[in-house]
Amino acid sequence: MVSELVSLALGVGVSEAGSGGFEGPTVNEFYPDALFFIGTPFEINRIMLARFVAVALILLIFGFGVRRLKVVPGRGQNIVEMAVQFVRVYMAEDLLGKVDAKRFMPLLTSIFFTVFFMNITGIIPGINIAGTSLMGVPLLLGLLAWVMFIYAGIKKHGGHFFFKALFPPGVPKLLYILITPIEFISTFIFRPITLALRLLMNMFVGHILLVLCFTATSFFLLNTDGLWKLIGAGTFAFGLIFTLFEILVSVLQAYIFTLLTASYIQMSLAEEH
Amino acid sequence: MVTSTLILAAEEETHNPLIPAVPDLVWGTVCFVIVFVFFWKFVLPRLQKMLDDRSAEIEGSIEAAQKQQAEASEALEHYAEQLAEARQEAAKIRETARNEGQQILVELKAQAQAEAERISQNAQVQIAADRKAAFSELKSEIGILALDLASSIVGDSLADDKRSQAVVERFLADLDGASK
Repeated sequence: MVSELVSLALGVGVSEAGSGGFEGPTVNEFYPDALFFIGTPFEINRIMLARFVAVALILLIFGFGVRRLKVVPGRGQNIVEMAVQFVRVYMAEDLLGKVDAKRFMPLLTSIFFTVFFMNITGIIPGINIAGTSLMGVPLLLGLLAWVMFIYAGIKKHGGHFFFKALFPPGVPKLLYILITPIEFISTFIFRPITLALRLLMNMFVGHILLVLCFTATSFFLLNTDGLWKLIGAGTFAFGLIFTLFEILVSVLQAYIFTLLTASYIQMSLAEEH
Repeated sequence: MVTSTLILAAEEETHNPLIPAVPDLVWGTVCFVIVFVFFWKFVLPRLQKMLDDRSAEIEGSIEAAQKQQAEASEALEHYAEQLAEARQEAAKIRETARNEGQQILVELKAQAQAEAERISQNAQVQIAADRKAAFSELKSEIGILALDLASSIVGDSLADDKRSQAVVERFLADLDGASK
């Protein structure tokens, strides 16, 4: 379905280009040729390399950032501290309170920075593909959030957690016929799926847009004559704008993913649903 | 699953982006586990320790500052007390000195007066003695002068010492009687 949508969008892109020979990006953008371990479950392609770069960046930045922590911070330490405190204060503690925030900080921090760094590889020159633009990582993190909020609920309320989740109090008994299936689907099925899809689609579409802008620029500049080249300048400008926009999307998606995970956990911990 | 993915890759079919391939999941998991363990075991504990140290240090320095302030105010109080004491003492010393000075002045005045009195008494005695001496000297001088004068008037009849002596005596007695 999504691939159809994408190809539809690209079909429009092609017709707008107005001349033959232009090939817009397809879903195959996200299935580049394998580079190592070809044919094994450990196959590595460009997107996997982008993920490795993201992990390496995390290890480097935070590794150096906390190598020699001082009570009075320097500039580098300040940035690392601010980044972690951003997750702690505005996501974990804001939703979970100080005590529970401490328990879930490792999870929330690693989700936030994994998502952010894997998103930002989408605009890093030379990599130009987000590590989160393949379903693997979004699905994994969505399932992780799902496991964690169920775990948090069971740990806090035992089996009563499911009862409270499925039979919200203060509803006429007859309505449970309607409400319980809805609650079940929305809580236990839609939550991980929406988390994963929201992230995946944002990065997927972002990448398609950038590729479209820049391939169009290249096409207009190299394959057309006269005034048509000017359109290339326009598409290039759009590409630049969308690149900046992708930075915003990278932060925003990481923030939303982490915030929703925290809020699902908070709902599981709450006394009343 | 693996084989179907391989077949898909081999056939270059259109992929479904919603179905993750096995390597996608494998490497995604590996990456996330690395990041998770890194934050869980390394970054967050170190940051937490540093934050604890920082709050401890801040609390410590606040405490130290409060202690110093208390000490300072105590010292100030102490100094104020000492200053007041010193002032009181100075006032006392001044008072004593003034009293002593006055006493000395009075004593000196008395001494001076006594001295003056003694001096004037001595002078009076001296004057009286001088007067007496002058008087007795004059008594003989006057007699001789008078005799000389008289003998030059009445001739040398009065040259006889014995008679002239008697005349002088009488004259002086009269003089005494007149002066008394």
